[in-house]
This record gives sequence, structure tokens and C-alpha cells, in this order.
Amino acid sequence: MAEAGGTLAAYRALLRAQARAQTAYRTSFAIDVLGNVGATVFDVVTVLVLYGVTRELGGFTLRETLVMVGLTAFAFATADLLVGNIERLPRYVRTGLLDAVLLRPLGALPQLLLMDLPLRKVSRGLFGLAVWVAALAGAGIEWTPSRVVLAVVAPLAGVVFFGSVFVATATVSFFWVESGELANSVTYGGRDFTSYPVTVFEGWFRAAFAYGLGFAFVSYQPALALLGRADPLGLPAWAGWAAPGVALVALAGATAAWRVGVRHYRSTGS
Amino acid sequence: MSLVIAAQGLRKEFTVRVKAGRLRRERRRVIAVDGVDLRVERGEMLGYIGPNGAGKSTTLKMLTGVLTPSEGQVRVCGLRPVPQRTRLALGIGVVFGQRSQLWWDLPLRDSFDLLRHVYRVPAAGHAARLRRCRGLLDLDGFLDIPVRQLSLGQRMRGELTAALLHGPRVLFLDEPTIGLDVVSKQAVRGFLAELGRAGDTTLVLTTHDLADIERLCRRLVVIDHGRVVHDGTVAELHRRYGSRRLVVAELDAALVTPPVLPGAPLERVEADGRRLVYALESAGVAEVVAGLAGLTTLRDIAVVEPDIEDVVARLYRAPARSG
Repeated sequence: MAEAGGTLAAYRALLRAQARAQTAYRTSFAIDVLGNVGATVFDVVTVLVLYGVTRELGGFTLRETLVMVGLTAFAFATADLLVGNIERLPRYVRTGLLDAVLLRPLGALPQLLLMDLPLRKVSRGLFGLAVWVAALAGAGIEWTPSRVVLAVVAPLAGVVFFGSVFVATATVSFFWVESGELANSVTYGGRDFTSYPVTVFEGWFRAAFAYGLGFAFVSYQPALALLGRADPLGLPAWAGWAAPGVALVALAGATAAWRVGVRHYRSTGS
Repeated sequence: MSLVIAAQGLRKEFTVRVKAGRLRRERRRVIAVDGVDLRVERGEMLGYIGPNGAGKSTTLKMLTGVLTPSEGQVRVCGLRPVPQRTRLALGIGVVFGQRSQLWWDLPLRDSFDLLRHVYRVPAAGHAARLRRCRGLLDLDGFLDIPVRQLSLGQRMRGELTAALLHGPRVLFLDEPTIGLDVVSKQAVRGFLAELGRAGDTTLVLTTHDLADIERLCRRLVVIDHGRVVHDGTVAELHRRYGSRRLVVAELDAALVTPPVLPGAPLERVEADGRRLVYALESAGVAEVVAGLAGLTTLRDIAVVEPDIEDVVARLYRAPARSG
């Protein structure tokens, strides 16, 4: 217990140092925070614009789709804040930061995340949360106790899921240095995918992203359960509750991938 | 005596992809470390040297848990470096000359404070060790300056301190004096010598600067093409590669025939016969002096130590054995 407490205190100290370094110039930090909302706002606006030209997308109205948009906006932005910078892994390798953290008595991954935590992105997470709450309020959901639980659990599962995707795709660069584009296509592609009803997509692409990689369970299925709609694609109602399970599977996969990656790590010259 | 480092058949192999033609790439195997055996006792100061690309850094990275060996057994402080990396980290200190353990944007003092949390060290011991380093490495002038603004010499003194604040039992130093000015080099060497005298810290040092070795290490391991080519004292290295200490005798008057001394062949005669240079093989300085004293008046006697640099340069030039 004392050991675990010491480790937590160590991580807290790393976080404090990072916060101090980033907020040293208050005004510039404040501007950074505000400027960072942009990308997430843009994602939401894109959906609104689409509904300007059509009443339904894949059989879902704007109010229904916004539940998926809000869920994705919050989950992705929060995961991006906490874990997103792991996509800089090739740089950590090049600058020797990975060597440095491997020499310390703490987990390498948490150290890398804490030492490069982009605190300015906190605004995106907050904006995502606002969209999520507004979408829930506007969707005319018949609230039951279980739906309230789902409304809390689903976004958290989404954070874990997207975080795992960030880590797993970044790990590929241990084996293949120029893997950045591939990683981005899965992470950002996944975010765009979960912002729309799965019914919008078709064929092998839908099969691969929705069920192969599990993105359908991040926002689409929980949204169906909250809205009380049956899945047009035929999955049973419990699929709406699969999000935490799918997130844990993703987490286990990402952790294993990271372990294998670190074992495979080759470092750079002296 | 207890064994602090025990490595057997340590080997590291990389595959690199090299361009072969416009689109084709070939996989090629590179053996960075090729069967290194190493046993280091507590309190030893070990110099680990070799030319560029010989496998020095790769060995250190395997001993510290950064790299997974391709083959071989390793124990450091009784632990297996990769699987028990975080436990091992508490007991070792590492300075990689071209890496940093310090926080670039924070003052040196804050980095030290953070490391106290990272290593979960009691405040009192931490403070005592920091006080000692401040004195010996003269840190006080730049403790409050952000690390990125420090000179290389200042930063390296900071890195050394950072590696020692948790009281490690083994200190691994990879090129700790590279790029330092003379004053900083002296400070770092003096500090390490002091540490060695205390006797309970084990030191493994890789370097290009052989003065580091002569000053600090009794034992020398030379590695080339991933293999150990010499493991012994500095004196043994000289003996093996035929470098000898010289005795230079200044005489009042020239001798017509310089005496033949057993175990100390005459190397050369200088200054019109008034300076004789003997090489010490089996004879000692005293025997040379005694041999000369009966024949003439000695004005001065000097002993010239062989240059380790020459020996090692010869070693490196030796062709790589195939295999």
C-alpha cells in the first residue's frame, strides 16, 4: 500500500511539473486553451451542415445523431488530452526521452503521457462534455435508472477505447518507423466514423471499422440503447451495453501491444 | 565481496533495412554485442572502452533494462534488468552523456526535487546527498537556472547529481566527459574518484577519453566488434601489448659504453650520451638506478608511464576476426 501511494505521489509530482511549465505564461496559455476548442467545434458543425441538406442520415434524425456526436466529441477529446500525444513516440525515441523514462522506477507509458500532457486541450474535452449534455437533453430520452448509468458509463468507456486505439496504433512505430499516417487513419478515421450512425456506411468498410475494430460500440450502440431504438442492422438490445466490455478488451490489447513494443525497442545510437 | 553485475553470453542483434536498388530494401543482420561475459564486484571501478560502434552503449542499455538482450543471462544487483526494470532502477544511477534525466524547462533545483518523488527517497537522505554534490561539483552558481540555459559542463554536473540523489549502488556512465571543457572534466573526474574511494558504489564507465580511465579505473574491459578483447588491469594491458614504462636517466657526464642491464634493455641514447633511456621489462626502477649508480653520477631519474592511448589505438587497428 505504501509503495502504491509513493508511486501515485510520483506521478502527481510529474503532473504538477508539467502544469507549472505549461502555465508559466498565463496569457499565452489562455489563448492556447481557447484556440484549441476549434477542431472539436468544427466536427460538430460538419454534422449540422449535413443535416441542412437532408432530414435523415442512415435513418436517424439530427437529434438522434447528435447523441452520437456528443458522445464521440467528449470521448475522443478527453482521450486525445490524456493519451493523444503518444503519437509522438517516434520523437521520444529520437530525442532519447524513452531511454530516460525507461531508466526510472516508474511505468514508461504513464511517464511519457504525463511529461507531455497537452493541458491546453482541456477545452476540447469540456466542449465535448457540453455537446453530450445538450444532445441528451434535446433527444427526448425516456430516462430510466439504467439509462442514467449508461449515460455516465458510455462516455468513460469511449475515453478508454479511444485511448487504447491511440496507444495501440502508436506502438506500431516501434516496429515500423514511418507508421504515423496509418495510425492517424485509424484514430481520426475512427473518430469520424463514430460521429455518424453506422448505417451510413456500407460493406467491408462498415464491417471492418464497426465490428472488426469495435467502433460501433463506442457511440452508435449506446445511443440506440439510450434512444430506445432497435438496431436496424439486427444486433440485440444488450449490444448497447457492450461499450465497457469492448473498452476493456481494447485496453488489454493496447497494454499487450505496448509491452511487446517496448521489448522490441531498439533505442538509437549512443 | 559480492557480485554486482553478472553477464554471460550477452548478445544483441538488430535487423536493419538497407536500400538495395531503387525500390528494393534488404534486411541485414547487425550484431552489436556478440557474447560478452562480464563480472563486476561491489566497489569496482570498471572502464569499458572500445571504438565507435563497438557495442559499449548497447551493453550498458542491456545492463540497465532499456534494451532486451537477444541472448544471454544478465543479473544486476541480483535482478533481471528488463523484467524487473522498475525495481532495478531504484538501485542504479545512469548518466548517458547525450541523454538527459533533467527537465528542460525547469530550474535544476526543481528537477532534483522531482527526482526525489520519482525515486521515493526520504527527504533527509536526499538533502544530504544533494548537499555533498553541491559542494563537490560546485552547483550553487546555477541551481536556479532552467536546464536548457545551462552550459554542457554545468548540465553534465547536474546529470551526475541527478543520477546519485537516490543513493544508487551501481553507477553507469556513458561518455560522461564528452564535449566538456578542461575544468569541468577535472571536476567530474575528481568527483568520481572521490566516490570510488568511498568504496561502496560500483562504477561502470564508457569513454573515449582515456585520461578518464587512467585517473579512475584499475580494471579495463576493451570491446571491439561486440566482443571483449581485453579484460584486466591497465598494467596487464600494457604487458600484453608490449608497451613498457621507461626510465630516463640524466647523467653528469656521458658514458662511453652504456651498461647492459638485465631485464631492462637500452632504448636510446640522447644528449650526446648524457641521457640514457631504459625500458622496464622484468627489472624495476631500483635495479636500473643501482646498475647505473656504480658507474657514474646520476643527476636525475624520471619514470615515463606508457600511453594507454597508443596501446588502445593499436588494439583497435588490429583487423577484425571474421565470424
